Amino acid sequence: MGQNGEHHAISLNTHLKVFAALIGFTLLTVATAKGMDFGSFNWVVAFTIATAKAFLVMAYFMHLKYDEKIFKAIIALSFFFVFLLFIFCVGDLATRIVQTSTL
Amino acid sequence: MSTDNHHHSHHFDSAEHEYATSKEGIWLFLTSEILMFGGLFVGYIIYSNIYPQVFQEGAKHLDWRLGALNTIVLLTSSLTMVLGIHYSQHNDRKKAVFNLAVTILCGAIFMLVKYFEYTHKIHEGLLPGKWYHGPVPEGISNIGLYYSFYFMMTGLHGIHVLAGMGLILWVLLRAQKGEFNSHYYTPVEGVGLFWHLVDLIWIFLFPLLYLVG
Repeated sequence: MGQNGEHHAISLNTHLKVFAALIGFTLLTVATAKGMDFGSFNWVVAFTIATAKAFLVMAYFMHLKYDEKIFKAIIALSFFFVFLLFIFCVGDLATRIVQTSTL
Repeated sequence: MSTDNHHHSHHFDSAEHEYATSKEGIWLFLTSEILMFGGLFVGYIIYSNIYPQVFQEGAKHLDWRLGALNTIVLLTSSLTMVLGIHYSQHNDRKKAVFNLAVTILCGAIFMLVKYFEYTHKIHEGLLPGKWYHGPVPEGISNIGLYYSFYFMMTGLHGIHVLAGMGLILWVLLRAQKGEFNSHYYTPVEGVGLFWHLVDLIWIFLFPLLYLVG
């Protein structure tokens, strides 16, 4: 796209396959969360599946796979900054002197 | 690319240039959305680690079946949004309008399910912060903290669904008038990106609130 002026049109077939995969992942996340117990890894399983779904939506429905690289960079950067926010907050909390909260 | 049916603004080289620039603007806007929701997600993860019992107890009152139903409704709406763009690109006005209408309908179903969930919680007194007057199990105080996060995150997301429905209605009416074709469909594309982001946020909200909790 861009220079040659061609908009990449993803075929309907691909969209339907992606949709089927998204529904499949939704059923999988419910089945693993409700039917199985991975202990403290429960949230790892749930968020791994959610991330896989997010990648499908971004790559195909939002056509990032075929679009200009700058869009990928923009979105990756925003997730990186959320990650930074998380890391700095956790780093702060983990290195504090423990106080008993009344909450 | 031909500009037969759409005259780009004078500060762009071409219709293609205008399209790419508009799309980049939408992506930058989506970045600010991710940062806004990102703050809430980070807050939720941190507080649920500090007070795990509060979050486990609070999440017990959520019905994962309604959450799963809404996930499937939103995923379907994302598919019909994609189809709406596809048919706008292929000059098929009828099918474009139909798919955009189904997308709005899915948004309405989502909000209806949310309405039932909210009224149920309000009825039970499962409210944020100091307004919480639901059941208080032994040894756990301030379950209202959980509902502050619940209502803030789902409420902000719900506002986005409503805004998205309004925007889709706007492009639907323009599609109905035959304003879009293979040379010009930028507004449908932009609104579509916004709608997918709303779906994307729900993809993470669903396991966070309803499954892991």
